[in-house]
Amino acid sequence: MAGKTLYDKLWDDHLVKQRDDGSALIYIDRQLLHEVTSPQAFEGLRLAKRKPWRIDANLATPDHNVPTTDRAKGIDGIVDPVSRIQVETLGKNCDEFGILEFKIKDQRQGIVHVIGPEQGATLPGMTIVCGDSHTSTHGAFGCLAHGIGTSEVEHVLATQCLVQQKMKNMLVKVNGELGKGVTGKDVVLAIIAKIGTAGGTGHAIEFGGQAIQSLSMEGRMTICNMAIEAGARVGMVAVDGTTIDYVKGRPFAPKGETWDAAVKYWRTLHSDMDAVFDKVVELEGADILPQVSWGTSPEMVTNVTGKVPDPSKEEDPIKREGIERALKYMGLNPNQAITDIKLDRVFIGSCTNSRIEDLREAAVVVKGRKVADSLKQAMVVPGSGLVKAQAEAEGLDKIFIEAGLEWRDPGCSMCLAMNADKLGQGEHCASTSNRNFEGRQGFGGRTHLVSPAMAAAAAIAGHFVDVRELLN
Amino acid sequence: MRAFTQHQGLVAPMDRSNVDTDMIIPKQFLKSIKRTGFGPNLFDELRYLDEGKPDQDCSQRPLNPDFVLNQPRYKNASVLLARSNFGCGSSREHAPWALDDYGFRVIIAPSFADIFYNNCFKNGLLPIVLEEKIVDQLFQEAEASEGYQLTVDLEARTVITPSGESFGFDVDDFRRHCLLNGLDDIGVTLEDAELIKTYEDQRRQTAPWLFGAGQ
Repeated sequence: MAGKTLYDKLWDDHLVKQRDDGSALIYIDRQLLHEVTSPQAFEGLRLAKRKPWRIDANLATPDHNVPTTDRAKGIDGIVDPVSRIQVETLGKNCDEFGILEFKIKDQRQGIVHVIGPEQGATLPGMTIVCGDSHTSTHGAFGCLAHGIGTSEVEHVLATQCLVQQKMKNMLVKVNGELGKGVTGKDVVLAIIAKIGTAGGTGHAIEFGGQAIQSLSMEGRMTICNMAIEAGARVGMVAVDGTTIDYVKGRPFAPKGETWDAAVKYWRTLHSDMDAVFDKVVELEGADILPQVSWGTSPEMVTNVTGKVPDPSKEEDPIKREGIERALKYMGLNPNQAITDIKLDRVFIGSCTNSRIEDLREAAVVVKGRKVADSLKQAMVVPGSGLVKAQAEAEGLDKIFIEAGLEWRDPGCSMCLAMNADKLGQGEHCASTSNRNFEGRQGFGGRTHLVSPAMAAAAAIAGHFVDVRELLN
Repeated sequence: MRAFTQHQGLVAPMDRSNVDTDMIIPKQFLKSIKRTGFGPNLFDELRYLDEGKPDQDCSQRPLNPDFVLNQPRYKNASVLLARSNFGCGSSREHAPWALDDYGFRVIIAPSFADIFYNNCFKNGLLPIVLEEKIVDQLFQEAEASEGYQLTVDLEARTVITPSGESFGFDVDDFRRHCLLNGLDDIGVTLEDAELIKTYEDQRRQTAPWLFGAGQ
C-alpha cells in the first residue's frame, strides 16, 4: 500500500464518521470568526434554539470593516453606520455565547489569518475553518484549513463538525533556491500563472520542494494564503523545525510535557516518501522573477521584466476575449512594458502580506528614499496590533513615515475596501493583496498584485520597477 | 431549507468565464447582517452604470443596456447558463443569496469554484456541471430562441431541452438527498452527536493541546 500524503493524514485524524454515500463528518479543532460572514450564522443558531458545541474552539475579531486611522475612538471611529452595526453585532454575539473576541481596541486585534498564527491559536495538525476563503493561510503550519460559507460557520458552531467529501491530492514542488529579491508572493503568483485560477479546483495542494522548505513561516503563509486563487480551498506545507520554532512560546501553544507530546506528533505531519499524488506540478525556483499582475484575474501575471500580452496572439477565443476585456478594464495597451505602468496608489497590507517579515522587506527598499511625487497615496497597514507594535519596536514605522508612506492601524483595509480605504475609478494600485478582480479595491479601481518589496520599489519610482535593481 | 425536486424556467446565458464572487455581489453589500435582500445588487457593477451603495433604491439607477439580465427577453429568468470556473474568489455566501434572491434556482456551467458550489446547496440553489460542448450547445439554443426554457429534474439527474433532448448530470448523494428533502443538515449531523462526543473524548486524551487553550 502506498504511503499517505499530509492531507490524507490530517483527514484520517479528524474523521468522525465515513458515511455510505461518500460524504464524511470531519471534526473541526478551531473556528475563526469575523464580523462579515458570522452574523447570519449566529442568527441561525438563535432561530433554531441551538448553542455552540464547544466555545473554546472559537476565536473572533473584527477585521474587514475596521478603520485604519483614529482607532483610539474604538467602534465610534467607524464612520459608516452599516459597517459599525456589523462590528457591534459580532461583539454582541460573542458576548452572548461567551466566545473569546479580540475587540477593536485590543492590541491583539488584527486580520484573522494573522492573529491565529500569532497567538498560537493555529497549531500544526489542526483542522481550521473560517468564513473567509483565505483560511488556506493556516495550512502553512501543516493544518487542514479552508474557507467556508456562512451556513457552514453555523454548522461548525452547532456541531464542531463539517460534512465533507475528500479532495484529491496535488503536489506543487518548487525546486532549488530562489533568487535575490524573489519572495513567497512571487512564487505563488508564478504558480497561479502556470496552473491557472482553476488549476487546483477539487484538490488539496501541498507545497513542497527546497524553495518552499527554505522559506520562513511568513513566506509559507503567503503561499498557502493564495492557494484559493489557484482554485484550491486547501494549501499546506509539511511541518519542520521552522514551523515548530515559530509556534513555541506563543500564548495558545502548549507548554511543558504537553508541548513535548505535541511536537512528537507534529513531527509526523509530512507526506510519506512513497505517498502518491493525483497531480504533480514542478517549478524551478531559479526561474522565478519578481511578478506583477496586469489583468483582472490572479492568473494574469507576468515577470517585472515582461510585457502586457497581445490578445491578437492568443489562439483560444475565450482566452483572447478575456485578455481584451481585462486590458480595457485596466486601461493598458498590448505589448506595453510592465515597468511603464504608472501608479496612483500603493497598498502594503492584507492577510497575504502584512506580517512582520513583509514589513521588513518593504522597509529595506524604502529606507533613505522618498515616495514618488506622482503618487496620490502609499500606505502600510500592519496585520495586527502586535505586528504594529513589533514594527515600531524595530523602527520600521519611522522608515516608512520618513519615506512618505502612511503608517496605519491593523485590518483588511484596501484589500477589499469594505472600510474607508479604497481606490478611485481608473486608479492603478501596486497592492500586496490577493485579488485583482474588477472593482475589488474600489469601483473602477485597477489592482496590480505584487510582493511587499516590489510594492515598496514601485512607491519610490511611481511605476513598476525591478526591485532587484534597488537591492544592489 | 427549501426543497428542490424539479424546476422548469427561462434560461439567461451569461457568456463570460471566471465570474468571481466580487462580480456576483460587490463587497459594499456584504455589510448587511441579513440573508435576504441581495437580489437588486446581483452583478451590480455589470448591471448598472453607476456605483452601487447599500440601502439604495435600485429601480432609479441607470441600467447597463449591454448586460444580459437587462434585456427584456431574459426578464424573470430562473436558470443561469454560465461559463467555466463560475463563482471563483471568496467564500461569501452572499453570492448564492443574491442569485437566489434575484430568482435563480439553477446554474449550469462547465465548472464551478469549490466553495461557491458547496454554498449553493445550502440555499436550495442547484449548480449543475455539464460538459463544455453541451454548455456550448445550450448557449447557442438559448441565444437563438427567445423564451428558451430548460427543465431540471434532480431526482432523475437530468436537464431536458425544449426539443426533448436530455442530458444527465452528476451530483453527490448526500447533497442530492438534502436538497430533494429540504433537510437542515445541522439536524442530520446532530443525529451523530454521540459519535462526535466519543471522538472528542478520545482526542482530549491523545491531543490535549487542542482543548481549552486561551481560555
